[in-house]
Amino acid sequence: MDLKDKLVSSFATLQEQNDAAHQIRQEAFEQFETLGFPTKKLEAWKYTSLNSVLKTDFNLFPTSATTLSFEDVKPYFVHEIDAYKVVFVDGVFNAELSNIDTEGFEVTLMSKALNDAEHKAVIEKYFNSIAKKDESLTSLNTAFTKEGTFIHIPKSKVADKPIQLLHFATGTENALFLQPRNLVVVEENAQVQIIERHQSLTDNATLTNAVTEMFVAKHANLDYYKIQNDKLTASLIDNTYISQEGQSNASVHTFSFGGKITRNNLNYYQKGEYIDSTLKGITILEGKQHVDHYTLVDHVEPNCESHQNYKGIFAEKSTGVFNGKIYVDKIAQKTNAFQQNNNILLDDTATINTKPQLEIFADDVKCSHGCTIGQLDAEAMFYLKTRGIPEKEAKGLLTYAFANNVLESVRIPELQARVNKLIAEKLGVNLGFDQ
Amino acid sequence: MLKIENLHASIEEKEILKGLNIEVKPGEVHAIMGPNGAGKSTLSSVIAGREEYEVTEGSIEFNGEEIGEMEADERAHKGIFMSFQYPVEIPGISVTNFIKTAINETRKAQGLEDMPASDMLKKIKEKAELLEIDRKFLSRSLNEGFSGGEKKRNEIFQMAMLEPKLAILDETDSGLDIDALKIVANGVNKLKSKDNAVIVITHYQRLLDYIVPDFVHVLYDGKIVKSGTKELALELEAKGYDWIKQEVTA
Repeated sequence: MDLKDKLVSSFATLQEQNDAAHQIRQEAFEQFETLGFPTKKLEAWKYTSLNSVLKTDFNLFPTSATTLSFEDVKPYFVHEIDAYKVVFVDGVFNAELSNIDTEGFEVTLMSKALNDAEHKAVIEKYFNSIAKKDESLTSLNTAFTKEGTFIHIPKSKVADKPIQLLHFATGTENALFLQPRNLVVVEENAQVQIIERHQSLTDNATLTNAVTEMFVAKHANLDYYKIQNDKLTASLIDNTYISQEGQSNASVHTFSFGGKITRNNLNYYQKGEYIDSTLKGITILEGKQHVDHYTLVDHVEPNCESHQNYKGIFAEKSTGVFNGKIYVDKIAQKTNAFQQNNNILLDDTATINTKPQLEIFADDVKCSHGCTIGQLDAEAMFYLKTRGIPEKEAKGLLTYAFANNVLESVRIPELQARVNKLIAEKLGVNLGFDQ
Repeated sequence: MLKIENLHASIEEKEILKGLNIEVKPGEVHAIMGPNGAGKSTLSSVIAGREEYEVTEGSIEFNGEEIGEMEADERAHKGIFMSFQYPVEIPGISVTNFIKTAINETRKAQGLEDMPASDMLKKIKEKAELLEIDRKFLSRSLNEGFSGGEKKRNEIFQMAMLEPKLAILDETDSGLDIDALKIVANGVNKLKSKDNAVIVITHYQRLLDYIVPDFVHVLYDGKIVKSGTKELALELEAKGYDWIKQEVTA
């Protein structure tokens, strides 16, 4: 039975739960049934094929519960910081590893939010309201909405600690298909920082199709960090939708250092004036890894900004895709939209496909985009070598420096240091200094 | 220490150095002067090991060892340092981290352990003071947005940290105001000893008021055409280079 058939036949079981998402699930399911999985024939999937992943015989629901000790998984947390933790093991919430004991704001489970009377109004207002209805993988996730994280920061509340979301796959199943569904609501003038990671603990195949909807109200601030450094048997399709109201800030940093196929669909919808949206990414790949960043910034009101900066470093046979769409509506005057995608290919066998897509219908705007694909600067290499730094280390150091300045906007110092270390590890350089 | 004999070097099939000879002994300061296009920067690049240049004839010996085929980093490990005329800007790596890496890579090549962090800090502090460099400056990205004077001072700071046996200062005076020039020259003078040597490559005599050379050479059309003492530099300053050209072609 292929994966689609399997999904179709198991949908009925899931629909036995009669919660707030019941009707939405049904509609999304029909949508997925019609659309099926995306293929390379679609423009949006031209450079990313899911074929090699979809032929795997995935288990949709884990059959046995697995316990994990913190020591086993400690390296995957940014454990240097005091943080709230929401931990899922094979798609099931693990209370022991988690800490959601918040004060003045709420971090809870999606299953709870969908079933509670007290969350009804919020769910009705926000759930599945910005997730794309005509996108098959988002629809698939919606149809199978069961578990995930629900975060609600009320008006003028600043979350006192970052929230770490961790999804572990233990390998109890030969192959596991996970579909976490998250909802983040940041009310007026509130603030929150979130760090997310998906991690396989064995070489058994994992496919994650995640959907996260985030709502950032007036004057609110959201920082979201994704660490993607998974095993070569793990694939991730991340669908993130962000809706922003006036004078709000939202940033998403995506650090893609591993995994088999990673697709990041990142969508920003600006729904007010003086909004600031930041999209940054560092991708460092080797072997046969593949990462595809597919971004959209929808400028539909005047006086807003977006800052987009993605750096890619590709070695061996790895492939990267960057497709960045900026839409500026005709009423969105005084928009400042910047997009930069710089890439370094370390080997002749590595590939990057980069495509800026600007659709601008307003005349008084500042929009710039640039993409570069290059090798390391020969003059800089010589400079480093004259200081006694050998070829290999010089390459590593320059590559590190190339990627590193994306980290300047990371507002959690310990996370910045952690990512810095990961970059150095990935590039195989001993930096000879601490960050 | 450095012995160059009949050096011929070319770039993209064009011969720039056409049989150059020079010998530098420990404790000496040599100045190499000459008009634009004489081959001054080529000479420093060839000694430092820039790959684009091909040595077609002759030899470069450093402490008795032929270095003409060595990589630039190996030459650095042997104690050769070049201060760049146009130092490269490298965003994303701080001056401090850069110099730490340079020192520890050099130590590694010499079979030594990394320098202990406390020693490193002490040394950085001491050398930064010598060159009147502010601490904040050291945490900035290497050369990024530095003024001409800051870049040159940073070059000499790196020299002070690396303690080379032979330092080649390629047009270090260009773009420097008089105050910066004095600081740079003072730094170089303090680093001088009987065991190390300096080659100052310059178009003008000005720097040589502060870094006093033992020998002055005139480079013209790829060769040393005249050598003398510091008085020769003054003569060149007063009379320009035309008389040299006439002497050579006569």
